[in-house]
Amino acid sequence: MQIVMACIAGLVFGIGLIVAGMTNPAKVQAFLDLAGDWDPSLAFVMGGAILVGLPAFRLAGKRERSLLGDAMHLPAATRIDRRLVLGSLGFGAGWGLAGFCPGPALASLAAGGVKAWIFSAAMLAGMIVFELLERGTAASMRRSA
Amino acid sequence: MAIDWIHFTPWTSLAGGLLIGLAAAVFVLFNGRIAGISGILGGLLRPAPGDSAWRLAFLAGLAAAPLVYALFAPLPAMRIDAGDGTLVAAGLLVGIGTRYGAGCTSGHGVCGLSRLSPRSLAATLSFMLAGFITVFVLRHVLA
Repeated sequence: MQIVMACIAGLVFGIGLIVAGMTNPAKVQAFLDLAGDWDPSLAFVMGGAILVGLPAFRLAGKRERSLLGDAMHLPAATRIDRRLVLGSLGFGAGWGLAGFCPGPALASLAAGGVKAWIFSAAMLAGMIVFELLERGTAASMRRSA
Repeated sequence: MAIDWIHFTPWTSLAGGLLIGLAAAVFVLFNGRIAGISGILGGLLRPAPGDSAWRLAFLAGLAAAPLVYALFAPLPAMRIDAGDGTLVAAGLLVGIGTRYGAGCTSGHGVCGLSRLSPRSLAATLSFMLAGFITVFVLRHVLA
């Protein structure tokens, strides 16, 4: 049942991205182009999502278990550190360069032609680089400890 | 700044946003998980027993979205201006950046802001700022 719900959630999420216009990188870049012909549409995407999200996450925060009986996996980190800010700045730079963020890129693979695949492959490679760097850091910390 | 009224789509964008919010709501209430795409994908690279199936199921649903959408209506046009080299650089930045930053537009921007998390607000302001600056440089400085 958990698997079925995860699949449905992913599907609805992806259809939402398509309806919203997020899978069109030119539209995303037009939203980020404050100094040009600015298209504010994507602010409405975030507004709409948060409108539904606010009560749902409020409810979720009060629950011990999910409706399907799983433990709640809500983020525990609260620290705003250099890692968070620098990582997010790097992500934003890539987002601006291509007009793709992770969700829309994956929701474009089946329709977007070769460019969505190039971006997604590079994104996955970036995530693998992160894993290797993290393992390297962990190993060197063990050595120096 | 001049608003591009021709391409402005407040209603469909709002409707899409409501669907995205609905998906995030269903996922956190039924599965107890955050619908953060970079985290769901990146977590596959650090496999733990019993932790991969739900990730793959969510990503399969996400990837199937254009196929299901196309059953009901023609897919909206998409245009990608970036060349292949730029796409590779952008993808690497997005992959590494979202993992160091522990989230992207969905995990921080939608779920985190809905949780009223100051950490997600800091992340969202950071990636929006970098996005604005990057497009400004791309279109108004280099072009």
